Order: sequence, then C-alpha cells, then structure tokens
Amino acid sequence: MPDLSPDTVLQDLQPIFQEALNDQQIVVTRVSSAFNTPNWDSLAHIDLIEMVELHFKVKFALGELHEMKNVGDMVDMIIEKKEDD
Amino acid sequence: MTDLNTCRAEDILLRRRALRRELAAREGLSDVRIAVLSGSTTEQFCAILELLLLDSGFRPEFHQGHYNRYYEEAVLDTSELQAFKPDIVYLHTSSRNIQHQPTIDCTEANLHTFVDEEIARWQEIWDSLQQTFRCQVIQNNFELPATPVLGNMAAVAPGGDARFVQQLNIRLAEEAGQRQTLLIQDSHSISAQVGLKHWFDTDRFFSYKILHTPEAQLALARSLASMVRAIYGRSRKVLLLDLDNTLWGGVIGDDGVNGISIGRETPEAEAYTAFQQYCLALRERGVLLAVCSKNDDAVARTGFTHPDSVLKLEHISCFKANWEPKHENIEAIARELKLGVDSFVFVDDNPAERAIVRAQLPQVAVPEVGASVSQYPAIIDAGRYFEPATLVKEDFQRAAQYAANAQRETQAAKFANYGEYLDSLDMHAEIAPIQPVYFERVAQLTNKSNQFNLTTRRYTQAEIEALARDRSHVVLYGRLTDRFGDNGLVSVVIGRQEADTMQIDLWLMSCRVLKREMENAMLDALVEEAKERGLKRLVGRHLPTPKNGMVAAMYPGLGFARAPHEENLPEGSSVWMLDLDSYAPQTKHIHRPELAHA
Repeated sequence: MPDLSPDTVLQDLQPIFQEALNDQQIVVTRVSSAFNTPNWDSLAHIDLIEMVELHFKVKFALGELHEMKNVGDMVDMIIEKKEDD
Repeated sequence: MTDLNTCRAEDILLRRRALRRELAAREGLSDVRIAVLSGSTTEQFCAILELLLLDSGFRPEFHQGHYNRYYEEAVLDTSELQAFKPDIVYLHTSSRNIQHQPTIDCTEANLHTFVDEEIARWQEIWDSLQQTFRCQVIQNNFELPATPVLGNMAAVAPGGDARFVQQLNIRLAEEAGQRQTLLIQDSHSISAQVGLKHWFDTDRFFSYKILHTPEAQLALARSLASMVRAIYGRSRKVLLLDLDNTLWGGVIGDDGVNGISIGRETPEAEAYTAFQQYCLALRERGVLLAVCSKNDDAVARTGFTHPDSVLKLEHISCFKANWEPKHENIEAIARELKLGVDSFVFVDDNPAERAIVRAQLPQVAVPEVGASVSQYPAIIDAGRYFEPATLVKEDFQRAAQYAANAQRETQAAKFANYGEYLDSLDMHAEIAPIQPVYFERVAQLTNKSNQFNLTTRRYTQAEIEALARDRSHVVLYGRLTDRFGDNGLVSVVIGRQEADTMQIDLWLMSCRVLKREMENAMLDALVEEAKERGLKRLVGRHLPTPKNGMVAAMYPGLGFARAPHEENLPEGSSVWMLDLDSYAPQTKHIHRPELAHA
C-alpha cells in the first residue's frame, strides 16, 4: 500500500466507518471513539475491526484491541503493522 | 451483483449494507420468521444469513436468543420465543457446547451413558419446541474438535473427544429419523470442507463470544439457506446441460460420435465420464436432466449412443438441440416440463452462453463453472441447489439398483472358492469385430500394452482400419463391465485367416482385468469366429520380451498344444495350436452373448 501516512490511513478509514456505523455522512477524526461517536456500539465495533483488518490486510492481537482507545490509536497501529511488513 | 453462492466472506462483509439495500428492494419476497438459539454470539451470522435468504426470495425476520442460553430459552423460559412465533428454530451450537464429554478413563461400556446424557438435554429441547411451537427445528451436528489432546487416539479411545463427537452425530441422525420436525445440518462435513484451521476464531471468541471465522459463518449460512429453501419447496429441480465440451469433449457436429471424448481412454475422457456419472447420480435421486444445446437435433442425439456414454437419451427429460438462443429454449423447456425457470440450474462451458442466460433469465441459477469439467461436480455441489428436505420414495425409483450395489459390502466377506468370487462380480463381456469408434483405442492399446501381450506387435490407427476392412482378418475387441463399473475396452485379438487355420497375430489384454477369465471369453469368441469361417485350428505364438513373461504359459493354460518350432522367430519363442473340433467353450463366470454375424 503506497504512501501510508496518518492522513491517508484516516482517509481510507472513512468509508469503512460509514459502512460499519451505517451512516453515509459521518466523518471520524483521530479523537473519535465509541464514547463520542453515534452508532459505534459493540456490534458495529466487531464489523469495524473485521473490515479494517480485511482492508489493510493486518491482524490485531487481543492485547492491541484492548489498548485501542480511539481512531488515532487505530491509525497508528495500522501504520506500525504495515511498516513491520 | 456479487454471486453470494461463491464469493468470499470479505466480499460480503465489506459491502454488507449496500448488498442488503439492493436485495431487499426486490419484489415478491416471502416472509419467514427464524429464531436462532445459540451457544455463541450470532449477530454477524444472522446478518450474512439475511443476505443469502433475501437472495433466495425470502424476507427473514430474526429473533436472536441471548448468548449461550439456548437450553433455557427453549425449555424453561419460552416467553420471548412464544411472542416471536417462529416458523423455524435454528439451534446453533458447536462441539464447544458439549456438556457431557466423557473423562479420559471412560470405558467402552460406559461411553453410551455419556451419549445418552448429552442427547437427553437435546431431547428436552426438541420436545419442548415441538409441544410449544410445532415449528420446524434445524440443529447442526458437531464438528470435530480443533485441538484433540489425545492425538490420533482421540478418534479411538472411548474418552476421546473426537470419538465422542462422532458418537453424538450418529445419535443425532437416529433422532432426526424419528422426529418429523427435526432436520440436522451437517456441520461435521461443512467444517471439513472449510477446514478446522479456518473454522474456529479463538480471538473473536475470547473478545466477543463469536465462535466462528467469517468464512465458517458464511459456509454455515449458505447451508442453512439451502435448508430453508428445501423446507419451502424452493430447491431447484432441473439440471440443464449443454452438450459439446460439457457432457463430452469435442464438437459432435465436427468430430462425429466416434471422435468425441468420453469413456476411460484419456484423462479428459475420464473427466467427462465422471461428470456424466455425477449427473446420473443426481437424476437417480430425483433431479431432472434436460439438454439445451446449439446443435443439429439428430446429430446431437448420436452422442448418447456412444458406447461409453453414461447418460442415455432415456435419462433426459427434455431435449432441445437447435440453433435458437438458449434462453428461448430454456423457456420452452420450462413450458414442457411445467416447471418455473426458477427451478433450473444451467451448466455450459461457454461463458458467453452463461452470460446471456444470466442476463435474460435471472431466475435461472447459472454457476460459474469455468471450462474444466473435472471441477464441475464440486462447483455445482457448492451451490447447494438441489438440497432435499426429505427423501421420499419417488426420489429414488432406482433404489433397487442401489440395494444391489450395497450388497458389495456384505459379499466382500468370504467366498468358498475363486469361481464364487468371480460370479459375485457379475461380469458382462461384449466381444465383437471392431467398429470404427474403437479404431483409435485399439491402436493405442497395441502401442502401450507390454505385459499381457503375446506378440507385442504395434499397429497404427490406419493399419487397424485397413485390417478391419480386410475380410481375411478379424480384429476382435473385448469390453468388460462388473459390479464396480465399466472397465472399458480391455482386450484385443487379431486373427489372420490362412488356408484352414486362424493365425493369431496379436493378443493383448489390459492388466486391470487380469485373472477375470476374460482371456477365456476372448478365446471362446475367437473360436466362434473361426468356426463360422469353417476353419480347423488356431495357431498362436508367444514372442518373449523383457516384459511379457506373464503370458509365456498362456496358450498351454488355454488348452493349446505345442506346435512345431518355426525358424524365423526370436529366441525363446514358442508356437501353439488348438484343434477346433474338440473345443468346448471355457467361459463360466462372465456373461457374454454369442458373436453376432452380419
């Protein structure tokens, strides 16, 4: 995946969030989290993780999922994982 | 539109909502109320199942039980279920939910008590659902454990977890046989198709109590959707077949019946034969076969007269071979069979034909079979088009034939002597002067048979054709079928008439029918032919090679006497003679009609 930066990853995440949260208008930022984002319930979270893993071809470990507190954490983890590839 | 029957799980997960919008907008969907009582979290599973059911013409409404409370909700506190009024209750559990796994020191004698206890819990559930709801219950049987701690012994020891799963599955099958409203979903084989490594997702289980991978959920959902279709009588009923390069290799209009590829002689021919056998097996369980081919009708029909064609015209319920567009023919077939095109599955090697049928008649199922016929049975099977909900008598009119085959197991036991064994094979030979359809095969056999070959003479196809036309020669071929199937063309004898003697220039046989008495049958036929020509004796030679030692003593074994040595033969050769006056037929265990003479 070329040009993987915090900005491009966040951009890639927008349609995934729109699909998982069933809201075509929503735009998430680095501070978005389940607590401040409508529709981001536990079931949407499952879909979200699944779709992010499929889209970026990464796999989050159990501990990482636990540490992931907001979209910024997710973006950083994705970049970290892709750099390790 | 994504083909939900064949796509990957991620194709669905990444665009689930868009797919749902598209599918739910269709008209004429019928409502079905499904309660899912499960040992794991089911939201994702139901979301996938919903798409598949929408795609099958249903508008499902789900009631999802609480995590791992399937027993309580079915037996103790049924109020939620009662309010929901399900048409179908799906009991969705796994080997993880087994509660009475025997301890490792369990004995063979004690094993059944564990099975009984486990089944008793399910019986309670089934009885309660039956009394309260009278609805259809679908329950999956159990997949094998992913990490059997006893290794291979897990399948053998009475305390092994793999063994227990198999005992339970047998009991579930027996229970389902006695309960009209209980259907079993075969998770055991579905998980094997997917692979246990890709079946359980431990991370998702520990995180969200979702037991299965998306891939496994999709496989389970596809199978469940096919069962729902079957329950509502919407399984497909007709397999529509193209001919050229679908049922046989080659183009019958160009190659003729003798040129098409079917039978046992080449890998390609074997693949077409296997596909025809698959089609015939579907027919024998009640699926109708129809032909839809761009061909001249009379020419197309000759393909089924090929001696190796497994399918015969009588197996085809509707035959349309002409030059009209296929979708028009399919509609005509629907009218003749008085069935909707939504009960059809269309198989054609030509992607252009598949595309036009898909576009013109979207209700017809058109699996993307590709161009490799060896894959066709697996691809069609994966579509689960013909799922039966029950097996009724009419589904297997040919049960008698199966019953005969089933005897194979019992008969394998013991035979008093070899002859009794041969009789049990129920062998039928067809031995006759060569026909054009066999020129290629016979030439091929003369060039590749080395062991059971008395003279190891090689012939080209042109030479075989010339001999076939020559009145002074006879080329006999022999085919042999038995209870296990058709062995194909397995033996060739070439005789040359010389004064009052039949000289045997060639005698060969495929080793797959060794010690079956086939050589005796060939000799009987050759004698009949020689007598018909008014000849007095047969003369044959064994010309030794490094490979044909097995037939050095064939002639004396068949009753030939040693004849005078001939000068120009290779060292170690022998000449043998059989007087026809005193000859008595030798075949005792092979059924064979006498040689027909034109």
